[in-house]
Amino acid sequence: MVSIYKVMQIFKKEIFQILRDPKLRVLLFMPPIIQLIIFGYAVNMDIENIKTAIVDLDNSVYSRDFITYLEFNKYFIIEKKYDKATDIVAAIDRGEIICGIVIEKDFMKNIETGQTALVQALHDGTDSNTATMVVSYINYIAFSYIKNIQTDRLRKLNAKLITTGAPPIKISSILVESRNWFNETLESKNFFVPGVMGTIMMLITLMLTSMAIVREKEIGTMEQLMVTPVTSIEIILGKTLPFLLVGFVQAGLILTVAVFWFKIEVKGSLCLLFLGALIFIVSCLGFGLFISTISRTQQQAMLSTTFFFLPAMTLSGFIFPIDNMPAVIQMFTYLIPLRYFLVIIRGIFLKGVGWEVLFPQYIALSVLSIFIFTFAVSRFHKTID
Amino acid sequence: MAEIAVSVKNLYKIFGTFHAVDDISFNVPSGCIFGFLGPNGAGKSTTIKMLCGLLKPSSGSGRVGKYDIMKDSEEIKKNIGYMSQKFSLYDDLSVIENLQFFGTMYNLRGAVLEERVETALKLAELSDSRHILTQILPGGIKQRLALGCAILHKPQFLFLDEPTSGVDPMSRRNFWSIIHDFARIGITVFVTTHYMEEAEYCDYLVLIYRGKIVVEGTPAELKSSKLQTNIYRLNCTAPSLLYEKLEASQKFSEVNLFGDAVHIVSPDDIAGVQKAISDIADYEKIEIVNLQKILPSLEDIFVLAIAEANKR
Repeated sequence: MVSIYKVMQIFKKEIFQILRDPKLRVLLFMPPIIQLIIFGYAVNMDIENIKTAIVDLDNSVYSRDFITYLEFNKYFIIEKKYDKATDIVAAIDRGEIICGIVIEKDFMKNIETGQTALVQALHDGTDSNTATMVVSYINYIAFSYIKNIQTDRLRKLNAKLITTGAPPIKISSILVESRNWFNETLESKNFFVPGVMGTIMMLITLMLTSMAIVREKEIGTMEQLMVTPVTSIEIILGKTLPFLLVGFVQAGLILTVAVFWFKIEVKGSLCLLFLGALIFIVSCLGFGLFISTISRTQQQAMLSTTFFFLPAMTLSGFIFPIDNMPAVIQMFTYLIPLRYFLVIIRGIFLKGVGWEVLFPQYIALSVLSIFIFTFAVSRFHKTID
Repeated sequence: MAEIAVSVKNLYKIFGTFHAVDDISFNVPSGCIFGFLGPNGAGKSTTIKMLCGLLKPSSGSGRVGKYDIMKDSEEIKKNIGYMSQKFSLYDDLSVIENLQFFGTMYNLRGAVLEERVETALKLAELSDSRHILTQILPGGIKQRLALGCAILHKPQFLFLDEPTSGVDPMSRRNFWSIIHDFARIGITVFVTTHYMEEAEYCDYLVLIYRGKIVVEGTPAELKSSKLQTNIYRLNCTAPSLLYEKLEASQKFSEVNLFGDAVHIVSPDDIAGVQKAISDIADYEKIEIVNLQKILPSLEDIFVLAIAEANKR
């Protein structure tokens, strides 16, 4: 028999203790704020304003034209002009530029005689992600530049053909007009801020649950509780429910900041969002409980939390897309509750999708949560015997 | 003889290859103060935890009241009060919050809870400062508060695991007088300690060492009959020098320095001991002021019992 009254008393006591501990109060509000600032502002995966140096070995009308072309879009900023390619390498080494473009000799002559003109691009490959983007930008610019020249030539040719009475050559092209759904402006913050909600809820509930139980073991009050006629289920419920509440407060806090500060609108149902949060927190409480069974001291609990949290965060798809991971690693990601919750939360936030799309995520998350929590409870029973 | 309140038979607790409690049997009459003594790591706490249902015994049997420690630990928990060597109340809760919290854990509600909390406050002399945080209480008061907490539900059995460690002598005396009051109203008190002077307050003593019972009896029994040997007190002009020489001579079972006197343990009678000492003292030109046979203190008995156990 579970006495709701006793559970409520433990719950009340736990809330008192959280509110009275200045360190805990800081722990409740600092991580969400710091993470929101980092992922809302600092982490910007959008690539613009690439610092670029130019070496123009041809120094012709066409080459200068090409440079103007580069300058006239938001991707490249021409920081320097050098005389030789080796200067670029040195500048990349010094970290002054990310990319260097060398326009080879005979650039104009080759274009005019219908041959291939050479442009060399050198980039800082330390950040492979950025480098790949830079290559495709340069290719795109070179292509549209040469296309303009070709079109120009054809037009002139057609003008001549008309005077001779011959039919003109038709100029065709394909225009791909791409539009990004769900994150129209392609801003990193739209992707990360909802994700922060998941990681923060996980970190806080995991750490607080495990530490609250281990602290009682450390100071001996757990033993004092165990000699009273209270059952271990009552202890577990009394010790985890407060952190369910804390998790919800965190979720609410982050949601408020996301909507009112970052202006990210929630397109889907808030109820569905909080249902997902509830199931997700249960899995975190289970993990926290499990950690408390393998830790003797609060330091150990803290370390174990980090040990679980970091891989879980990395493999959850919070930063790195799961689809890009090797197949074996992808299999492990199915064991991480955050993975499902991130799909749910991003789906509801950005796409506004509902139950009909997300129900597999809810089911997987529920099964995992129930499994983790039951496992932790059975371990908790064993360790106190 | 009063009825048996707590009994234990062939109790073992084995952690891996370590025998923390190694074949222990004893009976505790009800309403008695039962002292469980021994050096640190002897198995005192392990035994008490098995009786309270905090640890499962490896083998053996035991009863607390009419309940079996192997099967009925939940029933036992309703009838016992337990206080551990560490102060184990919540530091960040106030005095009254602690009492109310543990009261509800003992299934107390409403008016009964209020009344018991008042009693406990009176016991700890904290009626006027019930709203202060327990972390600022001095050690002695904390222990009494913990004791008050342990008796909220009026248990028949009280298990106190080194309740007075780290408490000043005045508070300790005070604490023991409360324990005597409990025993007088019929509560069986099972207490562990390593303060030898506290052993004197107990009705019955058991000395445990390396998981085994080494010696047991009432304090009076232990002091008079249980000793196979004699203890002599020697006063002389240079006690520390003589102590060293006597010890080096290996003529006596045990030689100890007690203040400015030397205690000598020997199975021989006083004449024999006198002669053996004189030989050494004369050689060192030390004058013997006084040599007499004394009644052993409990401490002497326990030191001897442990020394004997080590020889085995």
